[in-house]
Amino acid sequence: MAAGAASGGSATTDTYREARTWLLLPSWLILAGLSLIPVCLMLIYSFLTKEFRGGVIWDFSLAAYDQFFFDRGLFGDDPAQIEWTYIAIFWRSIWQASAATLLSLAIGFPTAYFIATRPERNRAIWVFLITIPYWVNLLIRTVSMKFLLRDQGPLNDMLIGIGLIDTPIHIVNTNFAVQLGLFYSYLPFMVLPIYAAVERYNFSLSEAAADLYASKFTTLRRILLPAVKPGVVAGCILVFVPSLGSFLAPDLLGGAKNFMIGSLIEEQFKGNAGNWPFGAAASMILLTIVLILLLIFARQQARAEKEAH
Amino acid sequence: MNQDNIAINVQRAVKRYGTFTALKEISLSIYDNEFFTLLGPSGCGKTTLLRMIAGFEDVTEGAIQLFGQEIETLPPNKRPVNTVFQNYALFPHMSILDNVAFGLEMLGRSKSEARAKAGEMLELVQLSQFAKRKPSQLSGGQQQRVALARALAPQPKVLLLDEPLSALDLKLRKAMQIELKHLQRETGITFIFVTHDQEEALTMSDRIAVMSAGELQQLGSPRDIYEAPRNMFVADFIGETNLLEVSVDDIQNGRATCHLGGGHELTCNEVQGIGVGAKVHMSLRPERLFISEAAKETASLRGKVVENIFVGTDISTIVDLADGPNFIVRTSNSDRGNKRIFEPGSDVFVNMELGAARLLVD
Ligand SMILES: Nc1ncnc2c1ncn2[C@@H]1O[C@H](COP(=O)(O)OP(=O)(O)OP(=O)(O)O)[C@@H](O)[C@H]1O
Ligand SMILES: [Mg+2]
Repeated sequence: MAAGAASGGSATTDTYREARTWLLLPSWLILAGLSLIPVCLMLIYSFLTKEFRGGVIWDFSLAAYDQFFFDRGLFGDDPAQIEWTYIAIFWRSIWQASAATLLSLAIGFPTAYFIATRPERNRAIWVFLITIPYWVNLLIRTVSMKFLLRDQGPLNDMLIGIGLIDTPIHIVNTNFAVQLGLFYSYLPFMVLPIYAAVERYNFSLSEAAADLYASKFTTLRRILLPAVKPGVVAGCILVFVPSLGSFLAPDLLGGAKNFMIGSLIEEQFKGNAGNWPFGAAASMILLTIVLILLLIFARQQARAEKEAH
Repeated sequence: MNQDNIAINVQRAVKRYGTFTALKEISLSIYDNEFFTLLGPSGCGKTTLLRMIAGFEDVTEGAIQLFGQEIETLPPNKRPVNTVFQNYALFPHMSILDNVAFGLEMLGRSKSEARAKAGEMLELVQLSQFAKRKPSQLSGGQQQRVALARALAPQPKVLLLDEPLSALDLKLRKAMQIELKHLQRETGITFIFVTHDQEEALTMSDRIAVMSAGELQQLGSPRDIYEAPRNMFVADFIGETNLLEVSVDDIQNGRATCHLGGGHELTCNEVQGIGVGAKVHMSLRPERLFISEAAKETASLRGKVVENIFVGTDISTIVDLADGPNFIVRTSNSDRGNKRIFEPGSDVFVNMELGAARLLVD
């Protein structure tokens, strides 16, 4: 980040500026085409009227948002009350995604640290090994996970076999199963940025800390973690955001009870039963929540940074 | 320096990295309160030895004791030893003040107490005005002084300094040398100082260990090392010298008579282990030679002045001996009243005090 700022600041000559504009153009086009335009389309659709067999009618309407937040009874003529169904789904999703992120961090950080501290020529092999399972389609991986976790599945068989438990533990169709599924889906997104950060870490700083009487734990907390924090933050965001909108793991491992935002949105666009404006509105609300969470986080980072000065 | 109390005892320590031997059976004792210097060219193993003492490298063979205690039993964070790292290793996310206060905090001092003490240390290295900055906002020399302050703050029993002044300009380096020497005497901390600047080593140390290629070449006081180098490497590495190939013709009454090419003859003190007929090297310090127009009785060598080089405090005169090698003679600038500077091309004699020449074991 610092390097980017520095090179930006030194762009004084006109030719340099011109060259920069042209060279950045492809990136701007990609950003606009793949990010800005779709979001705008979604925003527009969320304010349209629904067509009963899918699709939309081009009439402005707030019905989608109204349906999300307010309950006006079966025929829509009762006094408006807060509709808790969707808010609860959102709340559960945030909770599930947070749990999955923490789980990924707890497993991913030591893994990344382990890889980054191997001899240099072996690191690529470890990274490669971590990514191999992800060549298999996500759907197949998630279904397999369900089989593994079943009451009569290998996990329970094994636990009973070694005498740890007597009756199978019910894992499938619980919140925990969803968290496990999300964790497994996105683990590499946690491992890789942390690995990159730890690999760049200057281990002589740990030596200096030990030299100044810091224990291993203190060194980790006060020296290593602050140094690799950007990697940890990136990993958390990369796991949290897709977990929040995920629908495969909740559908397959969580059952009907443990419905998440992703599934809710998915249903609005599936077959004839959907409601496109409502799906678009739910997506916009999700996007807003993610943005707000990230902004709060960024603000806090900035404040902590200032205090440290 | 307290010779009864040994701070660090290195016994036949060997360090191998795979098949490469970085240290070959080093044995030495460092006394309590001593200013001990490791001197040697780049790559000779100085940092490796320091890292073994600090606990960051294990000892492949042999043993190291710290105040009588086997060092392997102490993890790095339990050793009463602090290090000024060659690459500084300052904590990038902490202010200068917090960097210096870190060690004290880890020793259990309160944050305010640690910071107050850190402030004093920063004053000592003349960096008080930068206390709030981050290390990346300082120059290399300033960072080096922070590293020094950080290692000094917890007042360890032993301070390991890995070329702690290398990034400073001459004036600041001289000032810091005096400051460090002063501090070492005052606090009684044992300093193990690494440098490849021989002048720095000579002026600051109680004793110097000269190392080369993982081996200890000579251990002694600065005077010993300078005036009685044990071998070619030490004579050549410490100070400027004229190294001549000679053969020993005769030894009588502790005096060896040697000759070098071109029929020149020289007398010097006998050295144990060098007998008649030996072909060895002789070291002649340029500042112990002088030039005259006429031959003197004490070993005079005839030659021609090639060049005079002004080097600040001295003038170096290069003399080409008739049928012999080139000689460097140094004349102090403060002596110029008594000693003539001869123009290039003049026919002169190079003379020396008795005992100025020294025979060397290879
Ligand atoms: N981790 C390592 N693996 C292999 N060889 C090493 C390692 N560390 C040091 N060496 C080698 O050991 C030798 C001694 O290195 P050391 O760092 O002790 O030198 P030094 O005397 O401190 O040199 P300088 O004055 O340049 O700092 C060098 O030849 C170096 O290449
Ligand atoms: Mg070194």
